[in-house]
Amino acid sequence: MSYGMLFDVTRCVGCLACEAACDEANGNHPPEDVRDLRYDKWTVVRTVEVDGEEKHVRRMCMHCQDPSCVSVCPVGAFKKTELGPVIYDENRCMGCRYCMMACPYNVPTYEWDNPTTPRVRKCIMCYERVKAGEPTACAAACPAEATVFGKREDLLAEAHKRIAENPELYYPHVFGEHEAGGSSVLFLADKNFAALGLPGNLPEGPLPELTGQVLHRLPNVVVTAGAALMGLWWIIHRRQELAASPEKK
Amino acid sequence: MKIPRLTFWRAVFLVVVALGLYSTYVRFMHGLGASTHLSDRTPWGLWIGFDVLCGVGLAAGGFTMTAMVYLFNLKQYYHLTRAAILTAFLGYIMVTVALLFDLGRPLRLWHPLVMGNPHSIMFEVALCVTFYSTVLAIEFAPCVLEPFGWKRLCAIIDKIKVPLVLFGVLLSMLHQSSLGSLYLIVPGKLHPLWYTSPWLPVLFFLSAVMVGLAMVIVESFWSGRALGHKPDMKALAPLGRIMLVVLAIYALTLLQIRWSRETLGLIAAGTEESYLFLLEIACGILIPGILLAMPRVRLQPRGLFTAAVLVVLGFVLNRMNVSVTGMAAISGEKYFPAWTEISITLMLVAIGCLLFNLAARYLAVFPHHGPAAPRVPARADAAVPEYMAAERS
Repeated sequence: MSYGMLFDVTRCVGCLACEAACDEANGNHPPEDVRDLRYDKWTVVRTVEVDGEEKHVRRMCMHCQDPSCVSVCPVGAFKKTELGPVIYDENRCMGCRYCMMACPYNVPTYEWDNPTTPRVRKCIMCYERVKAGEPTACAAACPAEATVFGKREDLLAEAHKRIAENPELYYPHVFGEHEAGGSSVLFLADKNFAALGLPGNLPEGPLPELTGQVLHRLPNVVVTAGAALMGLWWIIHRRQELAASPEKK
Repeated sequence: MKIPRLTFWRAVFLVVVALGLYSTYVRFMHGLGASTHLSDRTPWGLWIGFDVLCGVGLAAGGFTMTAMVYLFNLKQYYHLTRAAILTAFLGYIMVTVALLFDLGRPLRLWHPLVMGNPHSIMFEVALCVTFYSTVLAIEFAPCVLEPFGWKRLCAIIDKIKVPLVLFGVLLSMLHQSSLGSLYLIVPGKLHPLWYTSPWLPVLFFLSAVMVGLAMVIVESFWSGRALGHKPDMKALAPLGRIMLVVLAIYALTLLQIRWSRETLGLIAAGTEESYLFLLEIACGILIPGILLAMPRVRLQPRGLFTAAVLVVLGFVLNRMNVSVTGMAAISGEKYFPAWTEISITLMLVAIGCLLFNLAARYLAVFPHHGPAAPRVPARADAAVPEYMAAERS
């Protein structure tokens, strides 16, 4: 059973209640002027102007179905849980920051000013709350039902229903249904998603497959190359041996 | 005891190390934020781009030379292998030390070895680098053991040399290419002039072989100057020819990929990326390719050296483009390393050069220097004109 969140740009009024709830639920105390994701700020509501209209767009971890961060981490510090949230184990992390490099949404952030025990920080979709059967803090706090929490398949059906019922309002696409293999967090909007600041160049398939297709070939490459090099060595060696003493067979 | 005279380069060395030590203090007492210009938008900078990506690549001479001498039995290059192995060994030590600076929690460097994630390219690289450093240590051991007369141990290493070299070559193939695979997962972030799935690993491997040979040439010239012996053109000029072949293969692969992806147009797009790409191609492939193709230039020490240095510079530019400038546009941030980052990199390079110099003087690395002559005698000092005549005929 996989949970997720649906964020509807058309409903968001920009009250920032989700930010406050997120800060509180995760024990973060960011200064008020922090307007992008940071180690102590796991979601922000950005305001962008599209066609002269102000739009409020949340930024948070998308909790991909097949996450890049999980696949790239050399020590397995990230995990995609069955419930949906992508969680992080700070006891494994050695701070290589490949997760930050690989994330197509630039979500993971780092405690740059911690000299001894820096951690990667990001939204973990209130994993403890979800485990206890509660909705995420941000969804519970939203007064406009712009962010709703639920099972991913239900949310997906709801999103398509909203588009079908209001085709002149919505941009006909559910962001997160297929992007980079899909994500637990889904976006609905009345504008093109790229104009709202979401990456517009993501392939449909999961990104880890790009490395997987190379990684799967490696055993084959090693055996073939090893055998070829060994064979070359043997042939060259043998020919030189014979050239040195032709009577030896 | 005699106090060494303070020459210009020794003074430079002292300044570089002093600045580097101060930066080291800032890095470990105040963290990455205070010592680097890295940010959430630019999580990897100079240390990964230069110290690690270039460091591993520039150390590729170790596996190319050992493969040529021990697997393909090209014994005429034997006397170049020890210096190449030394360069590689020092290179990997530098890379590891640089990682200790770059990792947020350096004391957990060993974590991948016990909690590895088999889907991670970085895990595979970590394993390969660990094993290959061990292989290099064994390959380098005779240079240390011979002066002390530990013949039995040397004989044992000699016995396992071929499988050891084979293991090292396979490990190198894996991680040299995998450094390129690291970037396969960022199709939306790396500029299409450098992002090519699934060819990045192939390009990284070919360019590593190319730059490995170039480094052997460069380092022969430098050590020759430092130790006062002539570079052996008889061995180095044919090496230049092999480098030309690899260069051509690399260039053709690159061209073919651009052609098939229809991204040739991007080269002439007039963007910052296109200029950097052109510079990289001109400096690292075109000009050295033309130089090496002319026997008149290739057979001259100065010409060969120039071509090799250009290949090295082009290679460094390529790795920096992939890791820093090619990622800049999407990150929305202009990253330029902090002076503390630069000074630590310079310190590592300076210490590497010092260690190379000391090893060349006091260990059995070069046939003309050091306390013990290597087992296979090197060819007598090359008479360049004679050789030029031989190749022309």
